[in-house]
Amino acid sequence: MNLFNIIEHLAEVDSDVLGRFDSRRAVFNSLGSVAKRAALATSPLFLGALFQKAYAGTTSTPIDVLNYALTLELLEADFYRQFIAARQIPSGADDTAIRLIKSHEDAHVTALTAAIRALSGTPVAGTATTGIRFNASLLPASYADQLKLAQLLEDTGVRAYKGRAAELLGAPNDLLTVALQIHSVEARHAAHIRSMRNQLPWPNAADDVATDTTYTGGVPNTSTTSTVVTLGGTTYGIPAYERTKPSMAESNINQGAIGTKAALPITTAFGDTPPKYSADDAAAAFDEALQPAEVLDASRAGRLLA
Amino acid sequence: MSDNLQPRSADEASFAQPLYTPIKRRSFFMYAGATAGATALVLAGCSKDSDSTPVNNGISLGSGDVGVLNYAYALEQLEAAFYAQVKASTNTGLSAAETAYFSEVAAHEAIHRDFFKAAINRDAPGKILQNLTPNFSNIDFTKRLKSGTDTKLGILDAAKAFEDLGVAAYNGAGKLIKTAAYLVIAGQIVSVEARHAAYVRELITPNTFSSSDQVDASGLDKAMSPMDVIAIAQSFVTEKLDASTVGK
Repeated sequence: MNLFNIIEHLAEVDSDVLGRFDSRRAVFNSLGSVAKRAALATSPLFLGALFQKAYAGTTSTPIDVLNYALTLELLEADFYRQFIAARQIPSGADDTAIRLIKSHEDAHVTALTAAIRALSGTPVAGTATTGIRFNASLLPASYADQLKLAQLLEDTGVRAYKGRAAELLGAPNDLLTVALQIHSVEARHAAHIRSMRNQLPWPNAADDVATDTTYTGGVPNTSTTSTVVTLGGTTYGIPAYERTKPSMAESNINQGAIGTKAALPITTAFGDTPPKYSADDAAAAFDEALQPAEVLDASRAGRLLA
Repeated sequence: MSDNLQPRSADEASFAQPLYTPIKRRSFFMYAGATAGATALVLAGCSKDSDSTPVNNGISLGSGDVGVLNYAYALEQLEAAFYAQVKASTNTGLSAAETAYFSEVAAHEAIHRDFFKAAINRDAPGKILQNLTPNFSNIDFTKRLKSGTDTKLGILDAAKAFEDLGVAAYNGAGKLIKTAAYLVIAGQIVSVEARHAAYVRELITPNTFSSSDQVDASGLDKAMSPMDVIAIAQSFVTEKLDASTVGK
């Protein structure tokens, strides 16, 4: 077994593999003498450790990521089906808007299902009575509350796609672009439903639902954070919940932390005295991601699944 | 865009520039819908291009991740400058609520611009794109919306064009990014741009927040390459920009 060959081969299918190690040199230096290298390189334990480190946090496959997205789209599509069936939506512009949004969620279900099949994966599925669907008992009675729930679902969707886009870097079939193209449509939906509710189009402290868990980060410490999700008879993986790095609340005003480089505090980072930007504007200028474990937690979308 | 219209070599690239620039503009025409606003933009862009020197490839945005960051920085500079000018304009024809909205969006875009400037200077010292000189001669800041015989874009027309273009630009640039953290940042910004786009579209025509001129039958938003985006954005910038190495 030749470690160098393995890395070279891996680099052919994953051009960034060397970047995933500390660096090529660091890997080899850490092995010490040539003899030790040779001995270690033939050790399955060493290889396992090396690659586990290189791919830590990215052990999910594109199929896993797509099934996660499909779960949320099925939930949204079934929610809108029930929303429309409840017949509380005023005719005219509101009705047109909700039906347009539902048509997009249905189209996302179709597109993601096809994308998973194209990778020879098994897509999660749901109907009105089986598999992944919205818990009918949680549909509010009034139009106002139904629309409020639609806002929470859309804003959750926007955060959820952001939380996994990086796992699709280098994925086949341009799947990252597809995910981004869905993500921005969810953001358009969210903005419009917010407008229909006389809220600003972006999450902000003056929202009537500003304190909802949709806009916070992290999950309660008691939450189950399994890396395996079984829904509608299909199982897929999600990254382990990074409890020490919970997602930021939407009110976050510090952006751009990368590795050891600290985030830039938007209200003070640009050297203006007095500060040029308010905390409200700083928070609104960036939406925040959510980790899958946070989205699927019972405090968020997890509770809405039948 | 069909492949046979693309230049096949560096030499042909310069030779074909006047030919293939209008093609890019045509793709914008399709993208923006057959609106009078788009027509004005295309015409203005073409007349400007006829005086430019074909061999000048312009200011390079750079390559690799810093190229993508500079690309985003260029677009955010334009957006921030546009909204700042809206904010500074009186007699815009905007309602009080719209004026308040534009004031907030002006802050968001200025934050994006300043954020990219700080992040690029932090992560790639010496490689930041220069300050650009916007050219908004095709926007009438005293018109809320273009109408009838107007040849210039109104404020809402221009805002819609900038926001939809921004969404398509970030969506298309994602796959060019190599560092996961930058991709997340781009994602954090693009959804805000999409919120802006959806809102301003509603101010122009109800229920166009994600209409079929922007979102396709698969429910997918636009995604555009840096070259296509810069070809459009170029008509709003005095300096000539070269996006050919972004992400490479």
